[in-house]
Amino acid sequence: MTAVLRVQEPGLFTTIQDLGRPQAVASGVPPGGAMDRFAHTAANFLVGNDRGAASLECTLVGPHLVVESPCLIAITGGDFVPRVNGLPVQMWTSIRLARGDRLSFGGRRSGARAYIAVAGGIVGDRWLASMSTNIMAARGGMHGRPLTDGDVISSGEPPPPAAAGRALAPELLPPYAEHTLRVIAGPHVGRLSPDARQAFYESAFVVSPDSNRMGYRLAGPHLETSGDDMLSFGLVAGAVQVPVGGHPILLMADHQTAGGYPVVAALISASMPIAAQLAPGDEVRFAETSIDAALEMRQAQRAWLESLRI
Amino acid sequence: MPPRRSTVRVHIHPLGDTALIAELGTRLDSALNTRAIALAAALKKRRDVHQAVVGAVSVTVSFDPDLISHDALGAAIRRLATKRPPIEEPGRLHRIPVVYDGPDLDQVASSLGVTPRQVIELHGRPIYRAFLIGFVPGWAYLGPVPDELVLPRRPVPRTLVPAGSVAIAGRQTGIYPLATPGGWHLIGRTSVRLFLPDSDPPSLFRAGDRVKFFAIQE
Repeated sequence: MTAVLRVQEPGLFTTIQDLGRPQAVASGVPPGGAMDRFAHTAANFLVGNDRGAASLECTLVGPHLVVESPCLIAITGGDFVPRVNGLPVQMWTSIRLARGDRLSFGGRRSGARAYIAVAGGIVGDRWLASMSTNIMAARGGMHGRPLTDGDVISSGEPPPPAAAGRALAPELLPPYAEHTLRVIAGPHVGRLSPDARQAFYESAFVVSPDSNRMGYRLAGPHLETSGDDMLSFGLVAGAVQVPVGGHPILLMADHQTAGGYPVVAALISASMPIAAQLAPGDEVRFAETSIDAALEMRQAQRAWLESLRI
Repeated sequence: MPPRRSTVRVHIHPLGDTALIAELGTRLDSALNTRAIALAAALKKRRDVHQAVVGAVSVTVSFDPDLISHDALGAAIRRLATKRPPIEEPGRLHRIPVVYDGPDLDQVASSLGVTPRQVIELHGRPIYRAFLIGFVPGWAYLGPVPDELVLPRRPVPRTLVPAGSVAIAGRQTGIYPLATPGGWHLIGRTSVRLFLPDSDPPSLFRAGDRVKFFAIQE
């Protein structure tokens, strides 16, 4: 284990994330993990890591980091205008950094979450088989909390074939700017009134300020649902719940593991990276698709990622 | 007696392209919950299944669509769900001390047309079943509560319910493991810790466990 990065400014909410702890859901613990798995995986592959290595997930405002020992990194996801020693650097590309280099971010051009991977993988506290930070339980990652000034981030042993200058072609990125989320109709779509169902697919919704890694509250038309209280059932990230108030909630990585509100739709896996890059105030629409079309898009994304694997 | 084969009708719905929910029924029913627990356990052994989470009378399954299609997994679930479940081992019994002084106790009593003392007596009478673990770490949906205690959820949820609160809603009861928002009626509190972050699994209760409440004075 090597100290690679020192936190000079932590950014708004920067956490250590890997692919989460899906098996802990049976105990009511959110699965957690990187919100944008495409960007997280791409960053890891670019530096020669396995997809399950931990990365830094930076939210809306990136951190300022000082390099403690030479390392290979990649920055992916939302464009927060990354800079090394004040000069712009390419995203979606592996970059070699020298001791004393300063990695900072100039502002937010697009997206909501940037990922920083380091060759060898970032090392954090492991809790229930994952290094992902769980704030509620104060476990995992950097002692269960977001980064703070003075934290020192360590990496594991770098994998041998890592090289600088490897990149993912821009045309292979998910259509991040296209704020249409593709969904499959959910188990309880029949509880929406015909008007509400039409409104769900034809209206724009705005991501509310009180949206976070648990889920996004979506402001828009009131969606009328009917039917008796339901018995609780297990939930998944991407499920769109409509609680009593009629305003949908899109469940994200730290979602509650069970609930009883109608699930009227669920995002396809290829749309999850796009959802992960939505910021409060962004407008979003839902479009229904088929499972076959969803699997094709999923395969395409996976093929792009595989092209980065060493 | 477990229900006969023909009585279990499984409804399978997709949850996106990598998950589905298998609903075994719509009513709170111990026999169906037993089947859901057995189904989830069988599904977790499959290589193509990432996770199977027990609901009250359902199982939510995350799977690898590269290894199996929705339809093929659905067919496998139907076969598994109609099998007679193994004779159930009684779940572990937890005895939970409660100080019945919740802020909603009087309101609950008057809504139900009984006295607070009767609410306490009714709530402590059954041995409840933990139907599922979820919502927040360590929370268990317990039930069914006696018919005399059935009340809909509060119309407006509280933004913060203290950890340890003992609550009822519908035919269910539960204990808030952490301070969270909540829409259930708070009738008491306990000092028993339900979320055990440094244990694995980190939840005191598991689906299928049994829980008995008893009143204590502070």
